[in-house]
Amino acid sequence: MQKLKNTFAGFWKYRYLLQNLITRDFKLKYRRSVLGVAWSVLNPLLTCLVMWAVFGALFNQRGQGIEDFPLFLIIGQLMFNFFRESTTMAMESVLKNGPLLRKVYIPKYIFPLEKCCFALVNFFFSLVALFIVALLTWSHISFKTVLLAVYPIVMLFIFSLGIGLILSTLYVFVRDIMHIWEVFCTLLVYGSAIFYDPRQMESWMQFVINLNPIYWYITAVRSCVMWGEGLTPNMVLIPFLCAAISLGLGVYVFKKNQDKFVLYM
Amino acid sequence: MAEQKPIISIDHVSMRFNLAKEKHESLKEYFVALLHGGVRFDEFFALDDVSFDIMPGDFYGLIGLNGSGKSTLLKVISGVYKPSAGKVTVNGTIAPLIELGAGFDMDLTARENIYLNGTVLGYTPKYIDSKFDDIVEFSELQDFLDVPLKNYSSGMVARLAFAVATMTKPDILIADEILSVGDFLFQEKCEKRMAELLSGGTTVILVSHSIDQIERMCNKVAWLDHGHLRRLGATKEITAEYRKFEKKDAMPAKITEE
Repeated sequence: MQKLKNTFAGFWKYRYLLQNLITRDFKLKYRRSVLGVAWSVLNPLLTCLVMWAVFGALFNQRGQGIEDFPLFLIIGQLMFNFFRESTTMAMESVLKNGPLLRKVYIPKYIFPLEKCCFALVNFFFSLVALFIVALLTWSHISFKTVLLAVYPIVMLFIFSLGIGLILSTLYVFVRDIMHIWEVFCTLLVYGSAIFYDPRQMESWMQFVINLNPIYWYITAVRSCVMWGEGLTPNMVLIPFLCAAISLGLGVYVFKKNQDKFVLYM
Repeated sequence: MAEQKPIISIDHVSMRFNLAKEKHESLKEYFVALLHGGVRFDEFFALDDVSFDIMPGDFYGLIGLNGSGKSTLLKVISGVYKPSAGKVTVNGTIAPLIELGAGFDMDLTARENIYLNGTVLGYTPKYIDSKFDDIVEFSELQDFLDVPLKNYSSGMVARLAFAVATMTKPDILIADEILSVGDFLFQEKCEKRMAELLSGGTTVILVSHSIDQIERMCNKVAWLDHGHLRRLGATKEITAEYRKFEKKDAMPAKITEE
């Protein structure tokens, strides 16, 4: 209990550092770019356009039977991008800040946490893209349930943080993780129902996709924003459980190894 | 007279490193090493059973040859390293000046870095606001505040870093070789600032290879030799002995093989 209190006091003391680091990342990301923050919106918008062109025009069969396909697409893509961005940046964060960690005492979890927060800030900016798509395509948005989408987003944040903590720990000791994670994320793109609806697929494929936590986060948001169905019990329970397990494991792994970090940087 | 409590108590501290003969940073390297007769580590003691107390108001000098464990000891005290054995108890706030400019982002401007580095050291933005003018004045960088740090000279970076780290009155100031950068005028200024802090009750630990500087500033000296605490005491005695020291008299470092 005392330990928990100390941890929290430590975090409270460094909250301004967290804030400053996020601001720094934000400034550096858009420094010397003409359009600046607009890229947070433009980037997903253009990517969505590409995907829509590929799956809507070239293949012709995908996206059929899915109402408001562009909106469907961009929700999946934004959610997945958030997950990939936060975990990848968190993975590298501890090692990248090695020079600092070797000189000053700072709670080390600040860095993965900061990267996840930074990705979340970016995510919120890119939501503008979602609204633009919805407006342009005159898609149906369920205003009754749209606010419920906050729940899966928060849960995805916690889930990503846990994964980020595990990855950043592994990355300090074994650099191969970066490449493995990159490939794994590519695999995950195809398994997360970003540009197809698994309900149109065979049952064994549905089963496989149901095992993917990311799919649940994405579907829960779609259900709230597009379909007006709110959150089914599964959509409440599964995202919560995955987030809890991920964070618990992440904190455990990180805490257990953090004293060794400086020796490997 | 009531007995004073030490501000830093170093209690049988050892710091053990795996010698980086074979460092495996990819799985392949690791397995290759494993096939070649297993993964071996030699253990090297950067600090071996070091104990001493530092009292409030001391100006402590750490001396010793290169690789004697001075910087390691400072890092253990400031919490960067967790000692492999033993315990360090610190009763107060620490301002670490271990290699200046830790936590500076070279892409950011001086103004942004003052805030970033200030929060790295645990200060609130409000507090940094109130000290901002002092920092700028002390570092003499008025005209360069909005220039990215990568365009600074190393002396300018050092000045800024020293100004940020000493913006407050910490209980303990840890300084590792910092005064070797900057021109002599700035060195004098730094020494003056440190003396000011000292008279304000701050405890200072200083690592320096300049024995003259140690003699001028410190009242006590700890002499480290290959991880062992060789001598401890009043400055004059120890430095006199240190000046006469020859390499052949060195105590060997402790290395164990596993």
